[in-house]
Amino acid sequence: MKNNVNRELPDNLMEKMDYKPFESVEIGNPVVQRVAPTVRVSNGENKIKDSLEDVVKENVKDGMTISFHHHFREGDYVFNKVMRIIIDMGIKNLTLAPSSLTNVMNDMVVEAIEAGTVTNITSSGMRGSLGDAVSHGALKEPVIFRSHGGRARAIEEGKIKIDVAFLGVPNADEMGNANGMEGKAVFGSLGYALMDAQYANKVVLLTDNIVAYPNTPASIKQTQVDYIVKVDEVGNPDKIGSGATRFTKDPKELKIAKMVNDVITNSPYFKDGFSFQTGSGGAALAVTRYLRQSMIDNHIKASFALGGITKPTTDLLKEGLIEKVMDVQDFDKGAAASMHDNPNQQEIDASWYADPDNKGAVVDKLDVVILSALEVDTKFNVNVMSGSDGVIRGAIGGHQDAATAKLTIISTPLVRGRIATVVNDVTTVVTPGDSIDVIVTEVGIAINPKRQDLIDRLAKVPGLPIFTIDELQAMAQKIVGEAKPLEFTDRTVAMVEYRDGSIIDTIKEVKD
Amino acid sequence: MEIKHTAIAGTLESSDIQIMLSQGTNGIEINLESDVIKQFGDQIKQVITDVIKDYGIDNAKVKAVDKGALDCVIKARTITAVQRSIDATEPNWEVL
Amino acid sequence: MSDNEQRLRRTMMFVPGNNPAMLKDAGIYGADSVMFDLEDAVSLAEKDSARNLVYQALKTVDYGNTELVVRINGLDTEFYKDDVYAMVKAGIDVIRLPKTETADMIHELEAVVVEAEKKFGREVGSTNLMAAIESAKGVLNANEIAGASDRMIGIALSAEDYTTDMKTHRYPDGRELDFARNMILHAARANDIAAFDTVFTNMNDTEGFMRETEYIHQLGYDGKSLVNPRQIPMVNQVYAPTKKEIENARGVIHAIEEAKIKGSGVISMNGQMVDRPVVLRAQRVMNLAKASNLVDEEGNYIEE
Repeated sequence: MKNNVNRELPDNLMEKMDYKPFESVEIGNPVVQRVAPTVRVSNGENKIKDSLEDVVKENVKDGMTISFHHHFREGDYVFNKVMRIIIDMGIKNLTLAPSSLTNVMNDMVVEAIEAGTVTNITSSGMRGSLGDAVSHGALKEPVIFRSHGGRARAIEEGKIKIDVAFLGVPNADEMGNANGMEGKAVFGSLGYALMDAQYANKVVLLTDNIVAYPNTPASIKQTQVDYIVKVDEVGNPDKIGSGATRFTKDPKELKIAKMVNDVITNSPYFKDGFSFQTGSGGAALAVTRYLRQSMIDNHIKASFALGGITKPTTDLLKEGLIEKVMDVQDFDKGAAASMHDNPNQQEIDASWYADPDNKGAVVDKLDVVILSALEVDTKFNVNVMSGSDGVIRGAIGGHQDAATAKLTIISTPLVRGRIATVVNDVTTVVTPGDSIDVIVTEVGIAINPKRQDLIDRLAKVPGLPIFTIDELQAMAQKIVGEAKPLEFTDRTVAMVEYRDGSIIDTIKEVKD
Repeated sequence: MEIKHTAIAGTLESSDIQIMLSQGTNGIEINLESDVIKQFGDQIKQVITDVIKDYGIDNAKVKAVDKGALDCVIKARTITAVQRSIDATEPNWEVL
Repeated sequence: MSDNEQRLRRTMMFVPGNNPAMLKDAGIYGADSVMFDLEDAVSLAEKDSARNLVYQALKTVDYGNTELVVRINGLDTEFYKDDVYAMVKAGIDVIRLPKTETADMIHELEAVVVEAEKKFGREVGSTNLMAAIESAKGVLNANEIAGASDRMIGIALSAEDYTTDMKTHRYPDGRELDFARNMILHAARANDIAAFDTVFTNMNDTEGFMRETEYIHQLGYDGKSLVNPRQIPMVNQVYAPTKKEIENARGVIHAIEEAKIKGSGVISMNGQMVDRPVVLRAQRVMNLAKASNLVDEEGNYIEE
């Protein structure tokens, strides 16, 4: 069958996994049923355990679903510590359901797959050796990729049923009250882990810092936690974030950022009380700096900034240019520290952030978002998942979710090295073109034809070159030449869900 | 035209290609390393081969390490490598 | 050449000739001119490589309306003739001669350019020239150098070598360059060609860069040589006309149009005759205003 972004989907898998093809970015008002976890009643005695091995042995059984969060990013020690024990115990057929997988976890997951310990994975994304292994057919069952909002929905609706969640935290008391703000390896918001804490049948906290009871503010609460295990170190603080966020000096990134800012400030949404989300990465940080100047010049303040938060954003909060920061994760130490200090920086969980099957998520109130892309096609569909060689090397993150903003801007160079970014058809559709409004490249912008209002407005901006998306594609191809189409086998190695749980695309095994 | 000695041109910087050219006996043999070999491997080899043939060289061993170079860069680096390998004293205006 | 009189030359961005990544992107930053460097930015062992690379880039990369300049190696080097030949064959707009000291050096260059134009079937006279002045002798001969050929479009100060020759070095206030700057500017104006100021290399000293750019703008320079694309918007900002200048220029242009409609040879505005220098300045202001995105296609001032 084909879905609404013209992707051929494998009938047998769609039926077997009970999936619907992607139809529309509109969620509507369906009535959904949420699930609740089982609870092993306890008065809180003996929650603290000395032996992680014992906790694993007692709680993890063949065929279960286990989860982790990725807030420690490349500084994570928890995942490998737990998985080492699980593999060594010979446990089989687990479903791995972390909020995402970072590079430090790759080799361990590959080993767990080879050992038969892990047979199913659902994640926001994967990269490196793991992405390579999966793209070459290491797993029998297809990986399921979900956005952060999509994962929250799947957990709430029982599509992901977590048996045991192993959650690393920089502090916890003896009952399990914990937050991400104090201790050695701090990362700020616990946004993604809060889903696991709320919905997993068993919640195991790992911490290197047991503090006095009651530990407040408590992001994860004692009512949710079964065990607390003391470990030497939960993470490497130097690798959690990008450290001091550096302002890019790359002239191409600056040029793109300047143009993104021109699009925002000339859009109808740039007015007092507007809201925005920027990602991490050089160009996004530069946009924040340009936007700051434009806000000062035009006497405009934002009601809130959303998403993955960086220091340039929390600086705007401190300066009074933003009223509130709605914070699902922090990308650097500065942003994490700010959450500790500034009451206007609100920790939000992934459901509050972006779950489509909700009574309203924060993304529903979002005016402007700047997102990145590995590829964009002439239908405005965006790929952030598979590389130019067809191998999995990315993550959906909040891409699909935030793209529902009123003004969704994709900021990307026209070409990277010899790889065109604007193409006829993306390798993998992750975010449908229907939710994308403007593409900004170093040579100029393209506006989705369905946004005639934006075309009319932005056409009047001097020095802002506007092209059709086909023109951008032709320019990119003229620079790099015509690429030979990638070759894949018929075997599906991953299903990419849209945020509503329908299938927007699949990823096939690469042919080498 | 014969290659006199091994010559090298280009760098391993991004968007460049390093071409090492040496004497061969079995036609033009190209050993290519590239991140974009799937999409552009054939094209890169074609550009290198065309330049070498333009010089009337029938046998050559080429070791090419590509860092995402465009065709114009591949052509320029190959020309330079050939010029150096044949000890040319001035550019070949027909090939350039 | 009317095209040359009208052409804005606020920014001439240097691009090292042997760097593929920079050659590929040189056209996207909105520099009025891009100068591919085969001279100081390229080591002796890589002169051939850089020449071939710039040649291929010129033949294939789309640089839009940017004026394309190449700095060749000096007359006294073994690379010079091959540089000229290759660049003429590639159809370069302007050849920039480094270390120019006399008008004869321009004549010598021009002879080789003519040879190359004939050899490669390019129209004789289609390759423009410019001179970089890098010594006391060059400064004193600036007027003759600027007038040495009809192909000359500009003359530039190159301060590093010049200050060495003058037994000094560069200072933040630039007083050591006062004489050279004025000589070169006068030579340019006396011969109706463009004057380019020297580079400012400390990318961390934005204030110093702005101060120097404002100063050479005040003197009357057409523009500045640049080492980094990030300097382009800063120069353009200095060269952007004020709202008052634009409104005045629009008045002059309007008066010209009225005179045309009336068939009158005399242009008058507010009862006063408008003479040629005023007309030229008005046209230049409108050109700058358009390039600075301060007016729309019809020349109307865009409100902030």
